[in-house]
Amino acid sequence: MVQNIEELSQRVGHDVKFMEVCGTHTMAAFRSGLRQLLPKSVRLVSGPGCPVCVTDPSYLDAAIELCGRSDVILATFGDLVRVPGTDTSLERERAAGANVRIVYSPSDALLLARECPSKKVVFLGIGFETTAPTIAWAIWRAAHDGVQNFSVLCAHKTMPQAMDALLRDKELRIDGFLCPGHVSVITGAHIYRFISERYRIPCVVSGFEAWDILKSIEMLLRQLAEGRAEVENEYSRSVKEYGNEAALRLMDEVFEPCDTVWRGIGIIPGSGLAIREKYARFDATKVLGVQFPEARVNPLCSCGSVLRGAASPLDCRLFGHPCSPTHPIGPCMVSGEGVCAAYYKYEGVAA
Amino acid sequence: MRRDRILLAHGGGGSLTRELIEKLFLARLENPLLKPLDDSAVLVMGGKAHAFTTDSYVVRPYIFPGGDIGKLAVCGTINDLAVMGARPLWMSLSFILEEGLLLADLQRIIESIGATAAEAGVQIVTGDTKVVERGKCEGLYINTAGLGEIVAPNRLGAANVKAGDAVIINGPIGEHGVAVMSQREGIAFQTNVVSDCAPLWPLVKAILDTGAEIHAMRDPTRGGVAAAVCDIARASNVGIRLREDALPVSREVRGACDLLGFDPLTIANEGKVLVFCRTTDAAKVFAAMRENPLGKHACVIGEVCEQPPGTVTLRTTIGGERIIDMPTGEDLPRIC
Repeated sequence: MVQNIEELSQRVGHDVKFMEVCGTHTMAAFRSGLRQLLPKSVRLVSGPGCPVCVTDPSYLDAAIELCGRSDVILATFGDLVRVPGTDTSLERERAAGANVRIVYSPSDALLLARECPSKKVVFLGIGFETTAPTIAWAIWRAAHDGVQNFSVLCAHKTMPQAMDALLRDKELRIDGFLCPGHVSVITGAHIYRFISERYRIPCVVSGFEAWDILKSIEMLLRQLAEGRAEVENEYSRSVKEYGNEAALRLMDEVFEPCDTVWRGIGIIPGSGLAIREKYARFDATKVLGVQFPEARVNPLCSCGSVLRGAASPLDCRLFGHPCSPTHPIGPCMVSGEGVCAAYYKYEGVAA
Repeated sequence: MRRDRILLAHGGGGSLTRELIEKLFLARLENPLLKPLDDSAVLVMGGKAHAFTTDSYVVRPYIFPGGDIGKLAVCGTINDLAVMGARPLWMSLSFILEEGLLLADLQRIIESIGATAAEAGVQIVTGDTKVVERGKCEGLYINTAGLGEIVAPNRLGAANVKAGDAVIINGPIGEHGVAVMSQREGIAFQTNVVSDCAPLWPLVKAILDTGAEIHAMRDPTRGGVAAAVCDIARASNVGIRLREDALPVSREVRGACDLLGFDPLTIANEGKVLVFCRTTDAAKVFAAMRENPLGKHACVIGEVCEQPPGTVTLRTTIGGERIIDMPTGEDLPRIC
């Protein structure tokens, strides 16, 4: 397969840049070492695919403020606890006595609310189409069962609008997208058609094994070599053309599109999911009066450019020293799916 | 930002633990016996070298598939002696019990301590009991010390590994961590994985009896194989190259790790030993391990080289190469 890639890249005849927009792809590419097997003319860059990394720092500050309230239990996926906000992190606040619980699914947060009726349980709802249905389900269930002390601080995002925003950025010049397998299981492969049709850029929905990614790169190169721009599905064992309809219906029942801020990219219209008015009593911003004060971030932190695929972590002046997984400054160094963490862990500081 | 409190991650056995030990403990308590930071201190008494170690057990839940906190306390302590080439002789046990702990649970734990100690040929010779109010600890915690007599002909230690050594492990990795994790509230999942918790002395003795030139042994507990090999690469200033296709990982462990986003290399083991020996002796060691019930699935997983010093790399199944870094240490608190 590597040889096919080599031959196809020669047929294409110029340098190409492929972007993946999924944290699991980022980690798989680094962990398997497949980046070194690619010809020099094929560059694989990571886009805004790590849910923790694209979360605006003001959201974290709001969460940190919430966890300091004595009547609140904050339930979150583990990845968020170490991400630094303006002054502190959830991990530090927990050590100082705040009630922060790590859960592995929103339904566990709902269970926690049932077990602690005297507390307000707030779930930090971040992520893409992959996690949104499970959170929609928890909200729907809470409404159905009349749970009073459960709410979600919702910062969900949807991927196609972000890909569109990246494509409008003339500076980037992407030659092909490796489309995220997990997101596509929910949404279906059809949501990327606008990329191939409007921008004439090839897309391949990819699975997560190293072989899947190599195969998808081969498929992208073949499209380029043959002058095609289509949405192809390498991950057809899990991804259907129109996705998981039950999950999509549930999402639509609970959420509506909204404008939202992506770290490093800014506001992208229609790229967020807000809780519909019908379920407003589960919206933490409304029931708990959460504010999103402007956050201060280290001005040298390049996470924003890294997330757009415009800079490599190695271009960042903080990378390695002082920013490392032990003492992270930006989210891309903290998250298990962050690009900086991947460079640091798998290629070494000196890479 | 001031890091002025202990975080759970300080207990993970990774780089934050290391930082705490070096900057706080070692900076104020350093002496030549403490400084090597091996699994045990080496004390010379009456002309004989002894290994002395201490450990605490806070695992949650305290009874898990394949063992309980008592068996774990005995195995963990004597394994720290065994990997220094010491025959475990004596142990102390201190219990911190929570008001309300079921006596039946405590009895079960004491029985498993007795059985494990007998199996390993170690005597419990002193102990202590404290009880704290309900809610001030979770069931029980156990602190131990262990003393053993060093029988290995040469000093084993993290700093003694040499370029050209082979790296051997006695079986599949990650089982203890996954077994304990599978019982945690919030993540509980169905799995057949049981903890590999076992006293390693019989296996280590069989390895030493071959007369092979062993340079170091490590039981890769918290932080897993990754933390252990990173530690050794740094202490010996050598490069260590592992091969992914040679690493024994069961399908169940791999599946659980994929699901939860963990790397089997960073998951705790409690019955595994990494052996670093001269390459020319590797076959002898490997054969002796395979004959022992605890080493039936032994594998040669890598080699030690001069370059790049202090660094561990992994040759991946598809032929790429990546660095294995010291885990930071927050993944799974209270695994042992």
